[in-house]
Amino acid sequence: MALSAKHLLGIEHLSPADITTILDLAEQYATLNRQANKHSSALAGMTQINMFFENSTRTLASFELAGKRLGADVMNMALGASSIKKGETLIDTAMTLNAMNPDLLVVRHQHSGAVDLLSQKVNCAVLNAGDGRHEHPTQALLDALTIRRAKGRLHRLNIAICGDIAHSRVARSNIFLLNKMENRIRLVGPQTLMPSGIDQFGVEVYHDMTEGLRDVDVVMMLRLQRERMDGAFIPSEREYYYRWGLTSEKLRAAKNDAIVMHPGPMNRGVEIDGDIADDINRSVIQEQVEMGVAVRMAAMDLLAQGLRAQTPAAVMA
Amino acid sequence: MTTLTNARLIDPENGTDAIGTVTLGDGKIKTINYDTPPPQDAIDCAGKCLAPGIIDIGVKICEPGERHKESFASAGAAAAAGGVTTMVIRPDTEPAIDTPELLEFVHRRAVADSMVNVLPMAALTLGRAGREMAEIGFLSDAGAVAFTDCDAVITDNKVFARCLTYAKGLDALIISHAQEPMLSSGASATSGALATKLGLPSVSTIAERMQLQRDLALIEMTGARVHFDQLSSRVGLNVLARAKAKGLRVTAGASIHHLTLNEMDLEGYPTFFKLKPPLRAEDDRVALASAVASGVIDVISSMHTPQDEESKRLPFEAAASGAVAMETLLPAAMQLVHGGYLDLPTLWRALSLNPAKLLGLDAGRLAIGAPADLILFDPDKPFVLDRTLLKSKSKNTPYDGRRMQGQVLRSYVAGQEIYRG
Repeated sequence: MALSAKHLLGIEHLSPADITTILDLAEQYATLNRQANKHSSALAGMTQINMFFENSTRTLASFELAGKRLGADVMNMALGASSIKKGETLIDTAMTLNAMNPDLLVVRHQHSGAVDLLSQKVNCAVLNAGDGRHEHPTQALLDALTIRRAKGRLHRLNIAICGDIAHSRVARSNIFLLNKMENRIRLVGPQTLMPSGIDQFGVEVYHDMTEGLRDVDVVMMLRLQRERMDGAFIPSEREYYYRWGLTSEKLRAAKNDAIVMHPGPMNRGVEIDGDIADDINRSVIQEQVEMGVAVRMAAMDLLAQGLRAQTPAAVMA
Repeated sequence: MTTLTNARLIDPENGTDAIGTVTLGDGKIKTINYDTPPPQDAIDCAGKCLAPGIIDIGVKICEPGERHKESFASAGAAAAAGGVTTMVIRPDTEPAIDTPELLEFVHRRAVADSMVNVLPMAALTLGRAGREMAEIGFLSDAGAVAFTDCDAVITDNKVFARCLTYAKGLDALIISHAQEPMLSSGASATSGALATKLGLPSVSTIAERMQLQRDLALIEMTGARVHFDQLSSRVGLNVLARAKAKGLRVTAGASIHHLTLNEMDLEGYPTFFKLKPPLRAEDDRVALASAVASGVIDVISSMHTPQDEESKRLPFEAAASGAVAMETLLPAAMQLVHGGYLDLPTLWRALSLNPAKLLGLDAGRLAIGAPADLILFDPDKPFVLDRTLLKSKSKNTPYDGRRMQGQVLRSYVAGQEIYRG
């Protein structure tokens, strides 16, 4: 079973069936990843290049491990500094790498739409590892898998996404995914961090955190970027923490069995209280990291199946 | 002597559109007849439209500084093919055209290389930096028809007020850009659900209204004559309409792109659609088209802005803004006629008559004694635009691959045929 598209650029154009396919396969990889021998041969002989134009530790490590466990030759390129300084354009860099015949390109870029642009210029499969404030599909998929495992289902849940929605690709991908799977989504945060026209995305917007968390099944926190804390978007860290930081007091409004998620890295004491982040009864943050590897293995496996389904002539063309 | 007969004569002054005959001689329109039979050697126009050539305010040539993007020769050829017989060129070159010496140099190059009329505008402040006034008097003497810092808005109210006051004394025309620069900094789309979905930094149309209101207040204070290069939003148009009703000496233009495209075209991040100001919602586009019909918008411009492939082959946020448009101006404008917004004489008020009046030119009219700058065009001829066939050096048009209607058949400047399609 392959995906309906050649690339994984975002959640927006995936069907619910695609999402379920990825999550079901990821479930199997999650089991594999807990065994002593974690090897599969799904990407054997294939080359995976991780092109990260923006700094990343966790996502890059997750993609690297996923590729290696599937048997691919994995190369990491941190492009934040080198080529950009030499004046090479994104497309030239992509075409140079494309000439080395990779099978999978995993790309992160600081500009929205940059990964779409790149995918039009190469003939391998492209996986979006985050573009600007547009999409971060594997993050939404790993969140979905984590929710499904914790709650036993991925529909008819009340889910609150809290914090900096405006600048978050994680929020956008999650809004698309959770809406496609028929959940009820609330967005919670200060108005300066809500993007324009967000009311047209099938969500309810709350500015009061306790109201927003009332009776939810899932609390999804977002990272507040340091550069947003300088007084331009919020007055201060301490006011933000007081109003929108997740504390056990505010969490009491949610359902008793509500889970707490965070894509990491966390700002403890800014958007989330350290005790909640470490509470093994509420926090599934470590599980998210674990599912991240499994989901990326599943996504790359399915893209590779799509590549293998093409005849060699088609690949050449 | 050239006689053009059996043509639909588009007369924007009298608002008429009727079959007739025009005779050209000594660079002027000699006679216009609606009934007398034409002479034997007349050119049969086969019922196509004959109208004054387009006067396009706000063309960027890229000379000096970026000649690889566009030169006077290539822009002139593009203009002739597009029915533009007078290009009013922008001073936002590198360096900016802010001294009489530079203006004279540019004008000499223009006259030598370009097959259509070229009228230069000059920067309002030195280096378009918004601090020191350019020599408005000397520049006017050297041939500058208007003064503008283009999209570099003068934020210092005192500087701008003095520029307006000084210009008023010399009756110089100022062209202003109504976008509040702080609010719109970094934006490449208009705020709303689409920009949010695409994850593009965006600005509200209120930025246009804010700058317009500041400018109007200073215009009221100084009495200066000001034209706004391009309005693009309903909120801006409402403010403009009130100012006009109040009797302020203001006029405004609209770019052909904002009249014919909307933000929905940004899906998929096509950088040829990246414009400044960014494309608006369909509501705004409809309001703008209606404002041309009602006369609230006086002028339609191409805002021709050549960009090479390298400046556009980038992620949307990083790509350069602007589009080439002189060659597509007429067929795109015909969309407004075919769409029922206005008739041909009304369209030509915005394309030729009003720009001429604004700049104090004798051209832009279909009248005896007016310069024989004329175009013959087929308003209906359908075609699919292929950007590689454009005469501009740069091919950055958003209409590539689009079905369009309307084609220039012949262009005349001072009675001489300079283009045949």
